[in-house]
Amino acid sequence: MRSWLSAYPAFLRISLLASIQYRASGAIWMIGSILEPLVYLTVWSTVARSQGGTVGGYSTAEFAAYYTALLLVNHMTFTWIMHEFQYRIQYGSFSFALLRPIHPIHADIAENLAFKAVQLAVILPAFVVLCLGFRPHFELSAWSLALFVPVLFCGFLLRFFLEWTLAMAAFWTTRVTAMNQIYFSLQMFLSGRVAPIALLPLWISDVARHLPFYYAIGFPVEIALGRLTPDQAWRGALLQLGWLALMGTTIALVWRRAARRFTAVGS
Amino acid sequence: MSPVIELERLSKSYVVPVREAGVRAGLISIVKRKTRQVDAVKDVSLRIDPGEIVGFLGPNGAGKTTTLKMLSGLLHPTAGEARVLGHQPWRRENELLRQITLVMGQRNQLIWDIPVIDSFDRNRVIYRLSRAEYQTRVEELTELLDLSQLLTKPVRNLSLGERMKCEVAAALLHHPRILFLDEPTLGLDVSMQRRLRSFVAQYNRQTGAAVLLTSHYMADVEALCPRVVVIHHGEILFDGKLGELVKKFSALKTIVLELEDGSGDLSRFGEVVSVDGSRVTLRIPKQETAEITGRLLRELKVHDLTVADPPIDEVIDQVFTGRLA
Repeated sequence: MRSWLSAYPAFLRISLLASIQYRASGAIWMIGSILEPLVYLTVWSTVARSQGGTVGGYSTAEFAAYYTALLLVNHMTFTWIMHEFQYRIQYGSFSFALLRPIHPIHADIAENLAFKAVQLAVILPAFVVLCLGFRPHFELSAWSLALFVPVLFCGFLLRFFLEWTLAMAAFWTTRVTAMNQIYFSLQMFLSGRVAPIALLPLWISDVARHLPFYYAIGFPVEIALGRLTPDQAWRGALLQLGWLALMGTTIALVWRRAARRFTAVGS
Repeated sequence: MSPVIELERLSKSYVVPVREAGVRAGLISIVKRKTRQVDAVKDVSLRIDPGEIVGFLGPNGAGKTTTLKMLSGLLHPTAGEARVLGHQPWRRENELLRQITLVMGQRNQLIWDIPVIDSFDRNRVIYRLSRAEYQTRVEELTELLDLSQLLTKPVRNLSLGERMKCEVAAALLHHPRILFLDEPTLGLDVSMQRRLRSFVAQYNRQTGAAVLLTSHYMADVEALCPRVVVIHHGEILFDGKLGELVKKFSALKTIVLELEDGSGDLSRFGEVVSVDGSRVTLRIPKQETAEITGRLLRELKVHDLTVADPPIDEVIDQVFTGRLA
């Protein structure tokens, strides 16, 4: 087994312990994650009702399905790494990560997964409550459910790689908050978090369907809804894998330069 | 014996922005940015053999930490060459990283919110220790550093001294062959400092690891380091035995007198450092030691007289402040 892979069970166990320490503050974070899709769901359901029941092919029950699935997908794929990097560089805590004979991304992935596992205790009941309150309509099929799991995992890795790469900007300019804000705005819009991609103007949705934001969030949601044909789903999965490979390569290249930059300027 | 650490004309400079105070200077700096080059380390050459403990002395900003960071791979030099266990440290090859450790007195690597033993376990997997090896080392370190009551406590609940002991233990779990200790006793009380010192000495004796230590506490250096390297403004001023440092740099001697009939004014013999009843301490120029001692014995009723080198930290202070005779 690769040495980094064998580190995961211990990393996950330790991160779980740390996450449990702050379960209350974690749960408060989760309330924010629940409110976001709830707000959009309420808005779009109201719009759909005022338009005679559907908007852009989505009925109120399909909006409910979209945003309840988004709640889960967003939870399983979100990261806070871009906020964390500024702190790490500014206060020099990255030094210890560089001294260890293992790439620092592994501890970050484990920490992220552990936090999510603990907070499922909040997200899953919220999912059930939203389902009971908004009566979502899912077009479930065996193949789409089977595809959902790997697509969700790849979505998680894609978003993680993308945000870890962007977070490394902190090695060059310590104040990265403004840049982060631009990313979050673009991501909200182009990933399908504000509205399903299909509701955007045609040219924007065409562009969005070729960008990584959608393959990290919107695409797994649409797989879960069962709205995509098998052909669209497989093509999407291939594009997602392509983005994942590209981001995996990018992260390796940027990391090498970032570590060198860190060792050039110090902390 | 081939050295475990070898530095050849190692240098590190930084370019730092320079700006005067005030809004005007702030606005000017937007269009015309002034910078200056700071030479943190200049042409440092050094060899450290296996098992050596070397004290790295210097005032704040002398270049000690910068050198340690270059040797542990955290900084890339501007010029020169370094080899640590045959590796160029800033390449940060895993094979090297598994054999070195860096302890920084002001920073901690333990995970704040969970028991110490869990941070140790993380190091077990990072350094690929077998469970048996890990268990033995935890037991050894627990005994040597008296950690048994601390291992199950969350790090945030430990005192500074307790945390430092655990930090050192975590840093040594993988039995590194080279220890870079940057101010390891900073902020610790005297007994904790002593405890850590004797532990480092014992680790060095048992494992034959080389230790490069920086400290502002001369007691650390006196207790641990047969060899000292004095660095100032990024350059090595001295590299040798601690006793030789005093001989080389101290222009003064200290005379302690026990007088029969009180002290009186002894300033004609030299600088009176302290008077405690009939006990007087004088500081005199080294080259006048014989003459002044003779005069003291002739002119005063002396019960006892001892001549000594001044305390090491006084000598170091003279070196750093440029007050050398």
